Amino acid sequence: MWDAFGFEFVNFYFIPGLVLGCIYALGAIGITLTFGILRFANFAHGEIMMSGAYLTWTMMAIAGAAGLALHPLVAMVPATFIVILLFLGTDRWFYKPFRKEDTIKVVMASFGMMLIIRSAVQVIWGPNQLTFVPGIARPNATLQQITGDLGAMIIMPNKHIFIFAGTVIIVIALSYLLNRTRIGKAMRAVSDSPDLAHVTGIDVDRVIRATWIVGGICAMAAGVFLAMDIQMLETTMGFRMLLPMFAAAILGGIGKPYGAVFGGLVIGLAEELSAYPWIGDAPLLSPGYKTGVAFAIMVIMLIVRPQGLFKGRSF
Amino acid sequence: MSPVLELNNLKAGYGQTEILHDLSMYVNQNEIVAIIGPNGAGKSTAMKSVLGLLNIREGNVVLNGEDITDTPAQKVIEKGISYVPQTNNVFVNLSVRENLEMGAWTRPDGVEQRLEEMFELFPDLAEKRAQAAGSLSGGQRQMVAMAKALMVDAKILLLDEPTAGLSPKYRGEIFATIQKIKNTGVPILIVEQNAKQALGVSDRGYVLVDGANRHTGTGAGLAADPEIARMFLGGGH
Amino acid sequence: MEAYLGYGLYILSLLTVGGIYAIFALGLNVQWGFAGLFNVGIVGFAAVGAYSYALLTTAESTFHLGGFGLPLPLGMAVAMVASAFIAGLIGLICIRLRSDYLAIATIGIAEIIKLILKNESDITNGPRGINKIPRTWEHFSEERFYSSWPMSWFGTPENWDAFFDSLPNWYWQPLFAGTILLVVYVIYRMLERARMSPWGRMMTAIRENESAARASGKNVTRRRIEAFVIGAAIMGLAGALFAQHLRLIEPTQTFDSAKVTFLVWVMLIAGGSGNNKGAILGAFLIWTIWSASELIIGGAINLIGAIFTTMDASILQTRAGFLRMMLIGILMQVILQRYPGGILPEVRPASPKADTKVAGTTGETK
Repeated sequence: MWDAFGFEFVNFYFIPGLVLGCIYALGAIGITLTFGILRFANFAHGEIMMSGAYLTWTMMAIAGAAGLALHPLVAMVPATFIVILLFLGTDRWFYKPFRKEDTIKVVMASFGMMLIIRSAVQVIWGPNQLTFVPGIARPNATLQQITGDLGAMIIMPNKHIFIFAGTVIIVIALSYLLNRTRIGKAMRAVSDSPDLAHVTGIDVDRVIRATWIVGGICAMAAGVFLAMDIQMLETTMGFRMLLPMFAAAILGGIGKPYGAVFGGLVIGLAEELSAYPWIGDAPLLSPGYKTGVAFAIMVIMLIVRPQGLFKGRSF
Repeated sequence: MSPVLELNNLKAGYGQTEILHDLSMYVNQNEIVAIIGPNGAGKSTAMKSVLGLLNIREGNVVLNGEDITDTPAQKVIEKGISYVPQTNNVFVNLSVRENLEMGAWTRPDGVEQRLEEMFELFPDLAEKRAQAAGSLSGGQRQMVAMAKALMVDAKILLLDEPTAGLSPKYRGEIFATIQKIKNTGVPILIVEQNAKQALGVSDRGYVLVDGANRHTGTGAGLAADPEIARMFLGGGH
Repeated sequence: MEAYLGYGLYILSLLTVGGIYAIFALGLNVQWGFAGLFNVGIVGFAAVGAYSYALLTTAESTFHLGGFGLPLPLGMAVAMVASAFIAGLIGLICIRLRSDYLAIATIGIAEIIKLILKNESDITNGPRGINKIPRTWEHFSEERFYSSWPMSWFGTPENWDAFFDSLPNWYWQPLFAGTILLVVYVIYRMLERARMSPWGRMMTAIRENESAARASGKNVTRRRIEAFVIGAAIMGLAGALFAQHLRLIEPTQTFDSAKVTFLVWVMLIAGGSGNNKGAILGAFLIWTIWSASELIIGGAINLIGAIFTTMDASILQTRAGFLRMMLIGILMQVILQRYPGGILPEVRPASPKADTKVAGTTGETK
């Protein structure tokens, strides 16, 4: 079965699709949690992801100046704390003042934050592209050999293996948090009904802080994974992610973290597979329109089933 | 003995609209007190004013001798007032057990033990503890909501129309449960449309009309009052 | 004398661009101020208007579809229709959903429109964009206009050529600025009438209390789609005028969502959403601040460069634009929190029945 067709399909379309899907999934988790718990679409989420990647780059640069070559996944850890502070800070100064008002005001504030954060990154790091590690990523030789011997050669650079493993670990940790810990259950409760949570005596402010922390960790991972995958950092990368992440969150059902993971994978795969030559030799859809796929899926969902596949909240 | 909860000459409302004009009532230890009255008389508003969910313009709310007027809801709950809203009173996506755990948020310790006590008090729920609350029937949800409210060591339980929309069979069951809760030593303030049944289980009752209490008396006494019977009880609830 | 001319032309260009933004802000005011619809895809409607106008009115070109060389007013009318059509489609899908979804959908459609403009090179010339877009008044001095009807009736091409040679090369500037201000005024008057009309009062009622409006038998969804479409048509017109002003449009830099969508939002919020005068005032004010801040920040950087001679001021120069964007963003947050009503808060149209109470509730906007 593993003829040229299968080889090409799996290695050049399916695996990249899954990798992209993992990144979307992590981003969409943060979006769906904020949407479910704080009840607003956070337009600044992509920019926070992007700034996380830049902070990681800076950590690597600082360590590099001290003669220490850090892997992005290591440099990510201290940077995560800054991203979490950034999330908590934006919430405290820009979103919290509108908590009791019409939610659209917070959406507006987050829209403003989107531009503030992006321009701040552009001011600090400059408009030019950066990269974590220059050069071409070589496929993992062991994996290539083992799968090659089995007759189904898989060409996968280490970065993709890291992205897969990282996503799986984070999703498992998240599911433990939401189902087994007190604060995680409270997050689900607030997402279910903020008013009832309030009169039940749940410390909603604490739950909101926890949401930003969880969202921050996921956003951080998504940003760094994205920068690892495309091997560059640019200031528009967060904004480009925003639409697919919203689409993933809506597809999976607002407020449903597993739905967001599923939605992310679907959108990532759909984007990559849309460029596969399904009919004839030409790509089904010109690669220039890849980003349009997410939007198309989202529009179809909004028409057919606005509450999402996993029956999330529909407003 | 001083009352557990006292409302003294309350004037309260939402925004500019005043709904309660002059409301006074109290609940003693070991008492079920019912608030009845026509729609829009301010019954639920009275309850929400205790929780600090709306603006109190004049008067005060006293819990065990402590003035708790305008205390935020979360603090009020920590002080021992448990509240079951009329609708949306369970977390539908959480299991029964998780709902009760959330009810115990302000409880420092002994959650497991309290859980078992609740499952004893509500045996129906014990076997459904892993089920999502959203999958239960209306009556069972009401039980979950009450159990959830009792997870803390409540000094008083406030129930907002616990039988609204339920079938007669469940109504009876709910009132029986309310009696059981009272026997565990928790006083209850209950707002009800089903005046006849509510007064039947209550020690005392207040009739609210236009945001002020019009009649006061024992449960049985009010139920027997011909004027009140004509006003609310004739509808055949 | 030369110096005064320079200042004069600078003020004219402030009025021109400020006026175009004022039209955008008025369009947004119909959607947000009147109907409470959150549109963050203004740049998409602007681009549709601009490209429709450009394709229809430019001279025939090998780089893109057409141009069809059609009369300018026709181009502007089609720009409005095209933009309104797209808005109608989005409206049908999203308006019944909560406002956040409309926001996501509009930002999405704006990106898709830009994607199409970038990718369909045969029609739009892709990233290189469309050039030589005719500008009202200035276009008369182009040969293809003065050598054809109706201008050819009044004089031969040689006459016209000589006539335009005798004019200063900036002759069109006051005329163009004046035309835009006239358009602003006309739209303002029309919107004021709409606001005072039963339609406008119904919009207010819907925004204040949707369920009550629904209960009293009003077709809320339809009214909202109407407001969304009308606002988009106005934005399409503004887009066409934007294209005229720039004369060269391309998908990425021209239609940067930060510079169009965001700036228009800041203008409306600063001026006072719900208030048409406020929208216009906000547009001129913020545009003036925006263009003046370029000069001020540039000056400040030169100063820093002069003091700290070891520093490379050129790095700062390249980043000054971003700093400006950041400051405008912070300005918006401050206005949102401290002055939610804007400079000119909304004044509710007095309802014929309850005139005393309704007129008193100013200062609070959505």
